[in-house]
Amino acid sequence: MPLNKKIGLFIPCYVDQFYTKVGIATLELLEKLGCQVSYPIGQTCCGQPMANAGYERDTVGTAKHFVETFRDYDYIVAPSGSCVLHIKDHAPAIPGLDKEQESLHHKIFELTEFLTDVLKVENLKGSFPHKVGFHASCHGHRGLRLGSCSERNEPFFSKAKQLLDQIEGLEWVELNRKDECCGFGGTFAVTEEALSVQMGKDRLQDHLSQGVEILTGGDMSCIMHLEGIAKRNQQPLKFMHIAEILNQAIS
Amino acid sequence: MSHPAKASEFLQDAAKAKWHDETLWFVRDKRDTISKTIPEWEHLRDLASKIKDNVLANLDEYLVKFEEKATANGIQVHWAKDAEEHNQIVLGILQRHQCKAIVKSKSILTEECHLNPYLEKNGIEVVDTDLGERIVQFLNQPPSHIVLPAIHLKKRDISELFHEKLHTEKGNEDPAYLTHAARLHLREKFLGAKVAITGVNFGVAETGEFVVCTNEGNADMGVHLADVHIACMGIEKIIPRRKDLGVFLRLLARSATGQPITNYNSHFRSPAPGKEIHIVLVDNGRTDQLAREKFKNSLKCIRCGACMNTCPIYRRSGGYSYGSVVPGPIGSILSPGLDVKKYSTLPFASTLCGSCTDVCPVKINIHEQLYEWRQEITKAQGTNAKSISMKIANGIFAVPFAYQVTGAMMRGALKFLPDSITYSGLNIWGKQRDLPETPKETFKDWYKKNRS
Repeated sequence: MPLNKKIGLFIPCYVDQFYTKVGIATLELLEKLGCQVSYPIGQTCCGQPMANAGYERDTVGTAKHFVETFRDYDYIVAPSGSCVLHIKDHAPAIPGLDKEQESLHHKIFELTEFLTDVLKVENLKGSFPHKVGFHASCHGHRGLRLGSCSERNEPFFSKAKQLLDQIEGLEWVELNRKDECCGFGGTFAVTEEALSVQMGKDRLQDHLSQGVEILTGGDMSCIMHLEGIAKRNQQPLKFMHIAEILNQAIS
Repeated sequence: MSHPAKASEFLQDAAKAKWHDETLWFVRDKRDTISKTIPEWEHLRDLASKIKDNVLANLDEYLVKFEEKATANGIQVHWAKDAEEHNQIVLGILQRHQCKAIVKSKSILTEECHLNPYLEKNGIEVVDTDLGERIVQFLNQPPSHIVLPAIHLKKRDISELFHEKLHTEKGNEDPAYLTHAARLHLREKFLGAKVAITGVNFGVAETGEFVVCTNEGNADMGVHLADVHIACMGIEKIIPRRKDLGVFLRLLARSATGQPITNYNSHFRSPAPGKEIHIVLVDNGRTDQLAREKFKNSLKCIRCGACMNTCPIYRRSGGYSYGSVVPGPIGSILSPGLDVKKYSTLPFASTLCGSCTDVCPVKINIHEQLYEWRQEITKAQGTNAKSISMKIANGIFAVPFAYQVTGAMMRGALKFLPDSITYSGLNIWGKQRDLPETPKETFKDWYKKNRS
């Protein structure tokens, strides 16, 4: 374990604003695992909402601020596959900071991959006796390859399952469509509202019909969308970020 | 109409939309299953992609070689810079043979060139002989999918249509019965046509031959009964060597329908004595696309349709929601190259989930190109309200204090606004979804209190 490494906690803007508990769970989980974590207070957003809407060129200021905020850390960890993918793939080049930006791409990790690949967590002690359905958010799944993708001919793996399987009593529920998109898609959720909601309903139905009690995932954006639909339709599902499950289980 | 408007219309018929989604998912599932029986599947995709890289990098040389070989084989080669020239060339050949009725097997290129209406306007009867294409032709509709042209219709629709057009029994929805009726109807058309038109799946530069893949054998039936065969081919359909087919034919049908191979893979090299073969090589915007570094890979497409079957948007909005000849993810990266304004909503009809890229047998980075088209489209649109709000957003995120103030305002507003405003028509998010509950403090506030 890299106990003497400096870890910068990157909390995506909407998590900061709407999901305080997910930020706390991520921080506490990393601390319990022996990490020295600090949260650079000046951080804002990664720039993804603007870039995916077609305005990557207007995110230079945002991207520069991100690099300057996190340049001095050994690792950067975020409870979001989507924002991490954005930093790696779509942050515009910052003149004069190219070296820092390049090294950032190797230092930034989504939470579950940081736990499995850097900390090499193999022996979590904890219990969480619930039937859990995992929503593989597309940017983490196909973008960061946090799990094997159903389209590809590759051996099965899932970084989330690798962690959740260590928790006593937790039942990982297999879904009918293992990695179909939930329909959030950033501005897509609003510009293509009808489709977005239909996709979300279909995902929820899959979890419900397999008897899932708690729907979890690595990205609150997908969960915010799914939870919003489930609540509106009074569907009996609970929603937790994977950091919340792990942190709660091992406390 | 924009993609969102048409998609929302498609979803109005919930039962049919669900059926459409499940039918195409079934095809994708078959593709997944069969692709996993080939241990070297990912290697094959890689090879196919690299062969196409080579083709695109040397397209001029391969085309000249192809023309040379084909001509030596007795094939007449024509070059068309655009759809209009293509249509004129085809009409010229028909007129020279005083041909008034033709049969045509599936060709997305002739759809792209709008050949059917052009020929009909010039007094020529065109019969599409692929069953699905014949069905949509009866309805005066374009194909809604490039491999499954009538996938938006159910058995009942076909039964009613055939009752009207082919006088089949009213209410008989038996697929075998309906197919047999179509077969008898098409037989007559095959026998009466002096000229047959086909598309081309692969043109082999090394030999000057070309390959047409069908499941129904309709291309062969048409060509063998006619005196003249016109093959319409996009210039990107070239492959260097015959042996490259060993890569592409293994990928094509497995990706398209989950079959090991298309039923008929017919090679055409020389005309039979007394007959003619023509090839029309069409550019129609392809060299423009080749010149666009970020988008040229879209020309690798072998038209298998796998990206449509896997696309969660396509499955739930149907082919017509795109309003382009080639619908779905691949269409959304090809069409803006033809008319960026007309097709401006297509690259946004995606969550960038990346499934299209992962099923693509030639590894086109489709979702990355969708992202890149978004950047181009917003540039082409110039300054508007949205672009201004993005600039403001960047200003906010670049300055921590501004972000904090705005975030606090946003949360404050959500806390105090009555539901009637939060969930009004102005708030599209809230139409069918609840908003998250606003916590009493942000993570940032919590951290300041508890850690620093």
